[in-house]
Parts: sequence; structure tokens; C-alpha cells
Amino acid sequence: MLDTQGLAVCRPPGLFFSELMSHAQGEPPKAIWKKDGARLVLVLSGDWLRGGEARVVEGEEGWPDGFETEGLGKFDSTLPAYLMQRLRAVEVEEPGLEGLPENLRGLMELALKVPERSDAKSLDEDPHGLKLLGIRLTATWKAVESVLEFTGETVLSLGRFFTGRARFRGSDFWLTLQECGINALPIVSLISFLVGMILAFVGNVQLANFGASLYVADLVGIAMVREMGVVMTGIIMSGRTGAAFAAHIGSMNANQEIDALKTFGFNPFDFLVLPRLFALVLMMPVLTVYSNVVGILGGMLVGAAVGIPPALFLTEMLTAIDITSSSLGVFKSVFFGVAIAIAGCLQGMKSGDSSAAVGLATTRAVVASITAIVVLDSAFAVIFTILDI
Amino acid sequence: MASEPKEKAKISVRDLTMAFGSFVVMKDLDFEVKERDIFVIMGGSGCGKSTLLRHMIGLKEPRKGAILYEGKNFTEANEEERLAFIRRFGVMYQSGALWSSMTLAENISMPIEEHTQISKAEIRDLAYYKLALVGLSGYEDYYPAQVSGGMNKRAGIARAMALDPEILFLDEPGAGLDPLSSQRLDELILRLRDSLGSTFVIVTHELASIFAIANNSVFLDTDTRTQGATGDPKSLRDHSENETVRMFLNRGETPEDEESA
Ligand SMILES: Nc1ncnc2c1ncn2[C@@H]1O[C@H](COP(=O)(O)OP(=O)(O)OP(=O)(O)O)[C@@H](O)[C@H]1O
Ligand SMILES: [Mg+2]
Repeated sequence: MLDTQGLAVCRPPGLFFSELMSHAQGEPPKAIWKKDGARLVLVLSGDWLRGGEARVVEGEEGWPDGFETEGLGKFDSTLPAYLMQRLRAVEVEEPGLEGLPENLRGLMELALKVPERSDAKSLDEDPHGLKLLGIRLTATWKAVESVLEFTGETVLSLGRFFTGRARFRGSDFWLTLQECGINALPIVSLISFLVGMILAFVGNVQLANFGASLYVADLVGIAMVREMGVVMTGIIMSGRTGAAFAAHIGSMNANQEIDALKTFGFNPFDFLVLPRLFALVLMMPVLTVYSNVVGILGGMLVGAAVGIPPALFLTEMLTAIDITSSSLGVFKSVFFGVAIAIAGCLQGMKSGDSSAAVGLATTRAVVASITAIVVLDSAFAVIFTILDI
Repeated sequence: MASEPKEKAKISVRDLTMAFGSFVVMKDLDFEVKERDIFVIMGGSGCGKSTLLRHMIGLKEPRKGAILYEGKNFTEANEEERLAFIRRFGVMYQSGALWSSMTLAENISMPIEEHTQISKAEIRDLAYYKLALVGLSGYEDYYPAQVSGGMNKRAGIARAMALDPEILFLDEPGAGLDPLSSQRLDELILRLRDSLGSTFVIVTHELASIFAIANNSVFLDTDTRTQGATGDPKSLRDHSENETVRMFLNRGETPEDEESA
């Protein structure tokens, strides 16, 4: 139940919620417009209470020249809200309030004191049809533009860094390095191990039919080092680190911390994006190698279970992969790292200044970086096929 | 008031129009802040005071008009010239805007590290001193999230003062402070003006504080969307031709005896 002590209504002054409920069955609230000669009079009667009976409205038109309130019982905010709604509908310059009881009149005067911000309405207008299409297209183009702009900024920022003019806090870099390195190991281990096992299981089901179970080792090895290791690491880092970048930078933006950086002469781009970019680009290859190794171990475990001794598994696998193929994943991981860092930081930097906007920025960062990973990976697949590696 | 401000325009706002999209917040703003002024920006809630401050420090571009510092155009300056101007500012934001991943002392040290060549120990001493000035001794190693709203605000003021800037912009420094801290703050502002010769631009609603420290002001009028008056708040209170301004400065009461000032 509500704490009823705080909830007072206008008349009588001591009326509380419990009473209010019991009175809700009283007279139904009525608003009757009457022509009194040339004058338009609004007769208000009954109890105007929240949750009370349905209101009876007759002959509603314009704004009355006067009010009659003899029959008016108790009322809470319902009555002034109704009158305000009338005023919004008819838009009179200086609405007369004669005949309203003193306290109601006082409240209405307060509510009318500050004029509505009139040019604010254009913001709420609902676009549709061609206009909506136009707005969507412009928004899409803007998004593309902002990615290009951001990438350009990154290059400029790198230029400043290598000429020794970019500033950021070393501790920011080390913290991020730890966050996207060591702290990511448990989840990368788990996922990679399981993926390695799944590959081995699925491969074995098919290969065993031909009595070629041994080739499970080749399958696991090639799949892990070329594709699965780097893609899985990329996706984990998108969800973990890319999202964290967007949320952190976005909330700094909402709290004007980025403005504060600017007015102290720091370049927010150098200060926030560079350490994160460096840390992620350094850690992605390391994590990818780690993920490859753990994945192969997972495959080996399944292999042992279906009768391939680990030593045999290893020798067989090494015939299938060489230095070139095992460096492909690592090579790709650098690009994935750049994509994740840019998506996360970009969404954070251009996030709006409310908590909802930060949430949205985080979602966008994850979606954008996973999309980028898959698109990049497909592009690499095509390129590697053409180059025949 | 301790010393007469010199008659030199430090900041000139010329014919400024501020807008968000199609919504014009304020138009035709035109006033000057003199050197060593304690200048207040007054006006009702939501009338655009913080927005005006953001224009003055270059975080938002004017729709029309310009901001000049010592006669030099800030609005049209290129990136490098702007940075040179900005180095002379100290800014405190309405929300404090401390860097949340650093302690209070680190917040103050960072700008000093960036812009000076002094030793770590000296920087630490400076940071401790600035925090002590705003009554936060002992909180050096707290993170912004671990101290109260008013303390965040005071630390924000300490950070704004970190580099002993020529011009300090403070957005509602007194809001959320108790009367005693608020009075200490007024005293601090006066002392800094007198000892360092800083110029202050302050957004505030607090009449007591306005009359205690300000010697110049601009009033933003929500109804007409432009400046209502500019000048010494005490004389505006008694003699302004604009009724809204007099009402604001008299808490909505019309002054009976003009002698009391
Ligand atoms: N990002 C924005 N987009 C659109 N309108 C905005 C934005 N920021 C502020 N406004 C509008 O500009 C007006 C002025 O806002 P501002 O924050 O400058 O007010 P203020 O005078 O500082 O108020 P207060 O005293 O409450 O801090 C408000 O009407 C607000 O709705
Ligand atoms: Mg404000």
C-alpha cells in the first residue's frame, strides 16, 4: 500500500488517499458547457478524483467566459489537468478563470505562468513516407561518413604519436592492456577449448565413416589456426572489450569529462583512443595464438577419446599446417583488433549524453565490430584463395 | 570591493546567437567582461546560461556573432590559436566533470603535468594545496565516486584553478553547497582575483553571492530570448529599466526603499 500521508488533495485540505478512495464512489464528475445569453459558462460539479467515476462532458466548445462551481465536490489534479487539456486544444491568449474556487484558480495561474516553449514542437513531429526515407538515408550516409572521419582521425593521431606530440596516460595503456590481455584469458580458454572439441567431434562423425579418423587432427589444426581461433577471439573481444570501450568513453562523454579534457588542452582522441587501440592491437595476436593452442588441445582430448594418441595427433596435424597457414590467423587478428577498437571508441565518442544513449552506443559498438569481423574475414578468405595460400 | 577593475575588455561577446538546430536559445547577446571582473551570468533555469558558457570556451560554435579575447577573434581562430587561448582558461562544469578514473589529486595534477615542467613532488604539493583551498584536505586519494556531490563540485573548482588561469569559468559553483562553504567560496574567488588578478565568469542564481562578489553581469531573459541587461548587479537591482531584471534581483518583490543598497 502507498504511504498515504504525503498525498493531499486540494479540498478539503486534510483529505488523504484512504478517504479519497471511499469518496471515489460519490457524485460523478461533470463538465457542462451552457450558453447564458452571449456568455459561455462551464458548470463543474461532482467529485473530480483520480480513479473515480467516468466524467460526463456535455457541449464542450472553446474556453468559457466564466465558471459555475456550486455543485463541485472534492477534486485532485484531475480537474486542473482537464482544464489544461482544454487550453491546449483551443489556445486562448489570456484564459479567464473567474468563478473557479480560490485554490484551483491559484494552481491554474501557476501552471499558466510560464508559457509553453512554442518552437519545441517541431522536435516531436513524426516524419513519414518520403521524408522518413530521406532521413534514414541521410543518417546512413552520416554513419559511413563518421567511420571514415574517425579512421582519418586515427591516422592523424598515430602521426602525432610517432612524432612525439600525442599525449595519453601510460597507466591508461597498461590498465587496458591488462584488461584485454590477462583478464580475457579465462573466457578465451573456455571458448577455444570447447570449439576445438566441437570441431573434433563433428569431424570424427564424418571421417570415421571412411575409416579416416586420423584426419580429425588435420581438420582441427587447419580450422583453428586459419579461422576459428581468430574469429572466436575477435567475437569475444568485441563483446568484452569493444563494449567496455564504448561504455567507458560514452559515460565520460555524458559526464562532460571529454569537454573537460578539451578545455585543459588535451586532445581527447589521442588521450582516449590511442591507448585502447595500441593495447588491443598488441593483445589480439597474442590471444589468437593462445586460442589456437588451447583449441588444438581440446581437439586432442576428443582425439584421445576416439582412439588417436596425442603424439600421433600432433605429428599428423603438423603435416597439415605450416608456418604460412598458421600465421594467417595471427595476421588477420591485427585487423580485427583495429576494427574492434575503432568501433568501440567511435561509438563511445559520438554517444549522446544520457544513460540510455550510452547503452545504445554499447550495443552499436558490439554489432558494428562483429559485423566488421565477419566482413573482413570473408574478404580475407577471397584474397587468400586468389593468392592460393 | 578591494580594487577597481581596469577598464580593459578581456572578453567581448559580439552579437551572439546561440541555437540547437532550429531552436534559438538566445539571440543578439552583446556584452563585455573587463579584466579582473567578477562577472556573473544570471537568468532563469533553462534560459541558456550553461550554453553561453560553452560558447565562450569554444565547445560550441555560435550560430551567428563572435567571441573576442582581448580584441582577438576566438571564434574564427584556427586550432592552434584556439589552444593557446584555452591554456589561459580554467573551467568548472555544472556537473563537476571530474575524470572518474582518477583520484581527486590526480585530477588536479594531470593538467599541471601536461602544461608545466615541474617535478612530481612539486606537482603533488600544488594539488594538495588547491584541494585545501576548497576545503578538501584529506580527500586527495579519494575517487570522484567516493565523495559527495558538493565535494565533487569543489574539487572541480580546485581543478579549474590548477594552472592559475587568467580567466576562470565556473558553472554554478555554489549550487549544492551549504551556506558556510558557499561563503568560503565567495571569499576564495575574491582573494584569487586580488592576488592573481584573475578574471571570473560565473553562472549563478544565488543573490547573496551575486551581491557579495560580482561587479558586472549579464541577465538572460527567457521571455524575449535575449539579454535583459548588463552591468553591476547592485545598480541593476535598483535602477534597471527592465522590470524582469529588477524582479529577479529582488526575488520577485518590488523594492520599496532604495536606500538600503
Ligand atoms: N544538446 C541540446 N540539444 C537541444 N537543446 C538543448 C541542448 N542542451 C540544452 N538545450 C536547451 O537549451 C536551453 C538552455 O540550456 P542550458 O543548459 O544552457 O540552461 P541553463 O540556463 O544552464 O539552465 P540551468 O540553470 O538549469 O542550468 C534549454 O532550453 C535546453 O532545453
Ligand atoms: Mg546550466
